Amino acid sequence: MLELSLRKNLHTAEGNVTLDIELEAETGQFLTLFGRSGVGKTTCLRCIAGLTEPDHGRIAVGGEIWFDRTKGIDIPPQKRRVGFVFQDYALFPNLSVRENLRIALGDPKDERYLDELLELMDIRELERRLPTTLSGGQQQRVALARALARRPRLLLLDEPLSALDGETRQRLQNEILRIQRHFRMTTLMVSHDLGEVYRLSDRVIVIEGGRTVARGRPAEVFGNRRISGKFRFTGEVLAIEPNDVVFTLSILIGNRVVQVIATAQEMRDIQVGDAVMLVSKAFNPLVMKVDRNPGRLSPSRS
Amino acid sequence: MAYDWQPLILTLKLATVTTAILFLIAVPLAYWLAFGRFRLKAAVEALVAMPLVLPPSVLGFYLLLAFSPKNAFGRFLDETFGLRLVFSFEGLVVASVVFSLPFMVHPVQSGFQNLPRSLTEAAYTLGLSRWKTLTRILLPNIKPSLLAGAVISFAHTIGEFGVVLMIGGSIPGVTRVASIAIYDEVESLNYDAANFYAFVLFALSFSILLAVFFINKRALGPH
Repeated sequence: MLELSLRKNLHTAEGNVTLDIELEAETGQFLTLFGRSGVGKTTCLRCIAGLTEPDHGRIAVGGEIWFDRTKGIDIPPQKRRVGFVFQDYALFPNLSVRENLRIALGDPKDERYLDELLELMDIRELERRLPTTLSGGQQQRVALARALARRPRLLLLDEPLSALDGETRQRLQNEILRIQRHFRMTTLMVSHDLGEVYRLSDRVIVIEGGRTVARGRPAEVFGNRRISGKFRFTGEVLAIEPNDVVFTLSILIGNRVVQVIATAQEMRDIQVGDAVMLVSKAFNPLVMKVDRNPGRLSPSRS
Repeated sequence: MAYDWQPLILTLKLATVTTAILFLIAVPLAYWLAFGRFRLKAAVEALVAMPLVLPPSVLGFYLLLAFSPKNAFGRFLDETFGLRLVFSFEGLVVASVVFSLPFMVHPVQSGFQNLPRSLTEAAYTLGLSRWKTLTRILLPNIKPSLLAGAVISFAHTIGEFGVVLMIGGSIPGVTRVASIAIYDEVESLNYDAANFYAFVLFALSFSILLAVFFINKRALGPH
């Protein structure tokens, strides 16, 4: 469905970085590019959309070549049929919600599909409002609906939820997942939120310094693949209190703080601020450290 | 005594025609300067801004030379189009357009530049052509800038004196606009008539500028 290989020199705050990425996605797959900001994840999306030109490489979607440096092919963004959801949503301030979607429909205007989208995203009652009068979460829904109005072959989400508060964020994560499954839309998302990556993606590609350092299912990449927990959460250690022979850990999961008991052995390399994974297995919770930078270590992964 | 309204009407006619032509020229020019990447861009920008600092007489003098039928360009216009731009209303329009160019281009250009880049990019990814992006998305979102540019160009044209004098002279009904009429009346000691023209121009300019500030305040106010 999507085949991409690209190289581009980037001038970042940390000096020059060469973005060098190869990836593939099958139809209906949810793929996430994960990594610290400023390592070219967004540039990768922009190259696919045709907003930025790679120095070298090739981009093909569904058998159609969108970009090929050696053959001199560079299809303009207007012809690429992507649904790009921008970080700042980029809704058109002069158009109502309905008109924002309508302008993306192309010709002929399929009003039935438009109504369906409004229903599906639960923004029917907002259709006459102007974008500036909407809350962040509502704008996000409209942006997603507008991207879908284009009937894209590929959905590109650039940190779609980064500007929202915790609760709205979680609700919209479910929403994105629901929509993505509904349309079986091949989706490529950029994120640096671990929880988001876990919840949404089929596969994750970890990028560091412009290069791919790990790829696979989120659990494989971030967690220990030997464990098949019934419940699995990732969170951040807020506090560690020694308590006789065990430790009490306060862990932030989503927007909730949970307290769990850990043994001294489990606690060996865990510090405040670490990302951890909580796994409940046979009612016997295990705590283990999560590697935020999977590229740097782990001989067990190749 | 009955006042001669002709110079005032001529002034308004000149300002209206100039503003209309400026609008058509300045929007593409501002778009080009705002989004285009080309060498010599700084030179073009400096050229557009020149009327801000040049004495009107300099501009008027060179336009007079250029339009004169004795020179190549003026002769070309005369022979090809039968157009004599010296001491004619058409000449005044051309001179005014040049003279007021920065007053139209600058607000529109900064309007374009202040729009988030993502609006244009979103429009492109949604399949909108450049033209449709300009007319449906960009221009509607810089309405306050367009209005400010048009109004200020209009007001500025009303206030012209030096350029008009150089290139148009003072032919009643043709090139004798209100600002020139004031000068003529004062020269012939008709203070009463001069006061009439001066007062109307004063009131007109004040109301126009008041309108601009009012519009800007509303545009910057809460949504």
